[in-house]
Amino acid sequence: MIANPTAGGRFPATKILWSVVGWLVVFVFFFPVLWMWLEALKTEPQAASSPPTIFFVPTLAEFQEVLSGDFPPFFINSAVASIGSTLLVLILGLPAAYALAIRPVKRTRDVLFFFISTRFLPFAASLVPLYLLARDLQLLDNIFALILIYTTINLPLGVWLLRSFLLEIPPDLFEAARVDGAGFQNELLRIVVPLIAPGIAATSLICLIFSWNEFFYAVNLTSSVAATTPLFLVGFISGRGLFYAKLAAAATLSSLPVLMAGWIAQKQLIRGLTMGAVK
Amino acid sequence: MKTTGRSILRSAVGTGGGREPTAASVARRDAWLRRLPLLPAFVYVVLVTQIPFALTIYYSFFSWNLLKPGSFQFAGLDNYTRLLTDESLRTGVLNTVVLTFSVIAISVVLGLAIASMLNSEVFGKGLMRTLMIAPFLIMPTAGALIWKDTLLNPLFGLLPYLLTPFGLGRVDWVNRFPMATVVAVEVWRWTPFMMLIILAGLQSQNPELLEAARVDGANALQAFRRITLPLVRPFIELGALLGSLFVVQTFDSIYMLTYGGPGEDTTNLPFLLYLVAFQGFSIGQASAIGVVAVILTTIVATFALRTLFSIFHVEARR
Repeated sequence: MIANPTAGGRFPATKILWSVVGWLVVFVFFFPVLWMWLEALKTEPQAASSPPTIFFVPTLAEFQEVLSGDFPPFFINSAVASIGSTLLVLILGLPAAYALAIRPVKRTRDVLFFFISTRFLPFAASLVPLYLLARDLQLLDNIFALILIYTTINLPLGVWLLRSFLLEIPPDLFEAARVDGAGFQNELLRIVVPLIAPGIAATSLICLIFSWNEFFYAVNLTSSVAATTPLFLVGFISGRGLFYAKLAAAATLSSLPVLMAGWIAQKQLIRGLTMGAVK
Repeated sequence: MKTTGRSILRSAVGTGGGREPTAASVARRDAWLRRLPLLPAFVYVVLVTQIPFALTIYYSFFSWNLLKPGSFQFAGLDNYTRLLTDESLRTGVLNTVVLTFSVIAISVVLGLAIASMLNSEVFGKGLMRTLMIAPFLIMPTAGALIWKDTLLNPLFGLLPYLLTPFGLGRVDWVNRFPMATVVAVEVWRWTPFMMLIILAGLQSQNPELLEAARVDGANALQAFRRITLPLVRPFIELGALLGSLFVVQTFDSIYMLTYGGPGEDTTNLPFLLYLVAFQGFSIGQASAIGVVAVILTTIVATFALRTLFSIFHVEARR
């Protein structure tokens, strides 16, 4: 391989031009997020001023206000629903992915197709019966119902994604383990889990994103006790000129876990979003 | 029946039984052992997706209003014939198509442009990419609120203020251009998604190929059309199809920005179903809408799955 030493510096003018254009575009896309942060650091009069306040002394007062108010229970519900469903996805999905990747059963393709087709079934297809079922089982406004539903939403993605990681493990490793006489459970825990740690991370990330941000089922199946973070934000929907800073602080806090997780695990993000198709 | 029971018993007992297991029973046992890890997930998915969907189809043949006890009555195809003549459904389907098509088309074009930029020589690529994916990670309900209340609000919003010198100040964007607003907010959210997938495609390209084309006298546009575009086409298709499956279901931003209005201007199928089921409590009618939504989505999903499988095949051949 011959390195190309001049590739970077050959057209500095072009490079500068494209950098400026690129940064302008990125700024436009990132600006709403930045503005959210800025609004969150203002006082209420500053946030609802006309013309908008650009220069101000930042304050954490609104974050304190949100955190000392009724926000924490919503946040905790979101965490319970997301983490609970992610764990369930891993518990159910890992053996399934293993069966489809390492010791493929007959008609693997059909099974994979079936799994993913359920993910593409619109939420609208099952909302009404799930609502009625939850009502009859006394599971309305119960976080357990959300955990079960988010598991359903994420399990197909989880199976596909974990399978794509499992396929990368050299088959020899399993042969060796079988010769050693390792049982299925042993094989799964001793060989598979450590090797596909990145796959488990990617799956958890995607599950976290989808269940943390989920709104459709949350708004229809919960009201107060089990309400998740997006429902806290609904309370601000009609705030005309009121509580903008508080709104921005709540929006910042609500988005924080997924934003941080996504930024840290950018590599896993693409692979997860495409169900393992794009590496 | 008895024989099957005994053979399962025998294979479960294995060699512990008096007789040696036959080759067939060993094979059957092995096949079951292989399928066993699959079963919990399989059963779970069937229970929570297929049975509710079957119930949706069942309810769609009944007239049933939750607020009227005893109204559960067989109605045949009434719910469907009503849908055919109903203005709301037509509006809902049309809005869904307009929203999905415009969001996907615009975000694919923008995503391709931004990905190309990030794939060329620019300063601070990594940071650009990091900042660029933020809109996709922000909670959709939070993002929609920020747009509506702090950016677009005609009195206190930043955008009307910035546009005042251009004679566009104090425009109530959300109410005057509701669909355009929803499309804009969704494009803001989905462009990063397209950008990520297309960028992955661009990065899988061998740079020597482009270099060779340049040596052969191809200009940038020719090289892009003849070499880069065919290579990233499957990635664009994948992004567009996966994206459309998500955008078809848009609910959060409509709920937060316009609540389907004004009138029914931004009511798409999921929102219509929500209104019929949870504001009107017409379970039968809502179920019929659900069935229609499934049929429409299945058409898109079929294409999506085909693309997904073809990419997996390319990956497998490597």
